[in-house]
Amino acid sequence: MSGTREVAVDYLARVEGEGAMRVKVVDDQIEDVEFSIFEPPRFFEAFMLGRPYTDAPDITARICGICPIAYQVSSVNAMEDALEFDVGEQLTALRRLIYCGEWIESHVLHVYLLHAPDFLGYESAIHMAADHREIVERGLRLKKAGNAIVTLLGGREIHPINLRVGGFHRVPTKKELDSLIPELEWGRDAAKETIRWVSGFSFPKVEEEYEFVAISQDGYPMNTGRIISNRGIDIAPAEFNDYFTEEHVARSNALHSRVRGRGAYLVGPLARYSLAFEKLTPAARDLALEAGLGPICNNPFKSIIVRSVETLYAIEEALRIIDEYEAPKQSSVPHEVKAGEGSGVSEAPRGLLYHRYRLDDEGRITDAQITPPTAQNQLSIESDLRVVLEQNLELPDDDLSWVLEQSIRNYDPCISCATHFLKLTVERVTTGG
Amino acid sequence: MADRPKLGVFKFASCDGCQLSLLDAEDELLAVTEVVQVANFLEASREVIAGPYDVSLVEGSITTPHDAARIHEVRAESNFLVTIGACATAGGIQALRNWKDVDEFTRYVYAHPEYIDTLQTSTAISDHVPVDFELRGCPISKAQLIEVVAALLQGRKPNIPTYSVCVECKRAGNPCVMVAHGTPCLGPVTQAGCGAICPAYNRGCYGCFGPMESPNTKSIGAWWKELGVDDQGLVDAFRGFNAWSPAFREASNRHEVFVEIGGTG
Repeated sequence: MSGTREVAVDYLARVEGEGAMRVKVVDDQIEDVEFSIFEPPRFFEAFMLGRPYTDAPDITARICGICPIAYQVSSVNAMEDALEFDVGEQLTALRRLIYCGEWIESHVLHVYLLHAPDFLGYESAIHMAADHREIVERGLRLKKAGNAIVTLLGGREIHPINLRVGGFHRVPTKKELDSLIPELEWGRDAAKETIRWVSGFSFPKVEEEYEFVAISQDGYPMNTGRIISNRGIDIAPAEFNDYFTEEHVARSNALHSRVRGRGAYLVGPLARYSLAFEKLTPAARDLALEAGLGPICNNPFKSIIVRSVETLYAIEEALRIIDEYEAPKQSSVPHEVKAGEGSGVSEAPRGLLYHRYRLDDEGRITDAQITPPTAQNQLSIESDLRVVLEQNLELPDDDLSWVLEQSIRNYDPCISCATHFLKLTVERVTTGG
Repeated sequence: MADRPKLGVFKFASCDGCQLSLLDAEDELLAVTEVVQVANFLEASREVIAGPYDVSLVEGSITTPHDAARIHEVRAESNFLVTIGACATAGGIQALRNWKDVDEFTRYVYAHPEYIDTLQTSTAISDHVPVDFELRGCPISKAQLIEVVAALLQGRKPNIPTYSVCVECKRAGNPCVMVAHGTPCLGPVTQAGCGAICPAYNRGCYGCFGPMESPNTKSIGAWWKELGVDDQGLVDAFRGFNAWSPAFREASNRHEVFVEIGGTG
């Protein structure tokens, strides 16, 4: 096809935040691909300066209404690193439990309400419900089961109030946690059904050789640990800036995260799964294999299956933690306030979330750095767009636009998160040029 | 069902959490979509049905020249305009910039500040256009959200109390954390709606629903000082998620004066 084609979506739907996409094709040659972010900047790192260290979990939660627990856990991990103390196994297990709740609610939101409609050709889950009401209802109930964990442990599902540096304000009783079990047991079956359902979708044949980056801990990567990759990175969180960097790309006016000396990398479900398949529960592994995944997944469109597998894992992990729970003697660990610097990581549903703070001797924040997953994935998102574009050049513009949007939604991008860090100037489209 | 009222959901500077409350209403969501046409809700749907909208829910604060213009477009095509949450109603946590030099903020966060197109302030929607109803909270209560949408569609006043969190605590039977534990709490000056969750979890209220109808911030300031909180601590407390709401802004400024002159307020 000769001539110039531009496909642009000025306001992407079914993502969290305000983003845009633009591609330009001249005589069947891809000239430009851009996934851009025009969410207004909110300056979190700047206005935290001078605030007490205890504010970090409450304030940084407000970066993202979809994954506040990720912000709270990464920030308390960083603060506890700076103040050189540890909250111990029981409180860490409770943090992992509330994190399971967030994975369930966020993954199910994305799988059922944001991503599945792409595979089945619906504008939204509301449209999808007209034909598949029982499926959408199953998704909503499963999401609610995740939110129930967050609400019980956190006080409410969005911006929970119970996490603090040192532990929790109040820890639950065994009986309170046991009340979650029946719905989680139902959820275990629903999650299996979810995996079977999404594995029946048709997936574009896209395989990319990503550098996968995720945290590494005793269990499946979630609430704390070291940072590893499939190309040899194995570092403590404090070394993050020695290995990863943001570079300015003139073409798009964007800051892109890269592995120093290499290039793009991928964080999120595909990375976790491919680096830690063996750490899934046996049922999650079996269902993944039954769904046609190998122990490594390089197809970004199959992230919907991986999210479903991680949902099953999170439900089984939540049940395990509840089963083994003994209420800690104290809800939070007393600690000395002093000057220091600390780093913390955890796995937000959409990938590695890095926090670093420096504190003065009164515990006030003098420096803050937050690197969210969507910022880290931006280069890979654009690289995927090129591959998908090349494979689909024959499609009419509307269909092409949809498959490219779907390709962005593969990442469950959280643009609200990325924004305090990234800012692109939107290049308005001039067609026919 | 073409005659269903049309609902629009619009986002400005925010975390997406308040509009997520609609999707978090798992038990009500499908029922709501049967009586309301979700005409413009980009977080949930690619489909955009042109306005006008019977009810528009507006999340987020105004922080850029582009958004300052866009809110007028939203107002023009909305019959009822409801702000949802602390950002839209009071400027949000990002209103902390209003006390600072935004150029300095920009240089701190971004490598290339020349690309940043931002206003000096983060302000509430009502500073820009008339607002028909303001729903408080960081985040909002989904029960209050359903109530407001239902009330507007039924042509009645929403039943949203403006009394303090203390009333909710008393109803819930929570012991007062200030009296019983000496824990500083903003509950007496904060509007109800959250269900008094912080005191129920043994912590003091941090004011995420903003000032109640007649907040006595001087009294709460004196009370906190008796509990050992200094003026800087009070500045920090009032400069939270509703920092730019008039009552909390004025209280924080009052205590800041004492921080600066080193006296006591």
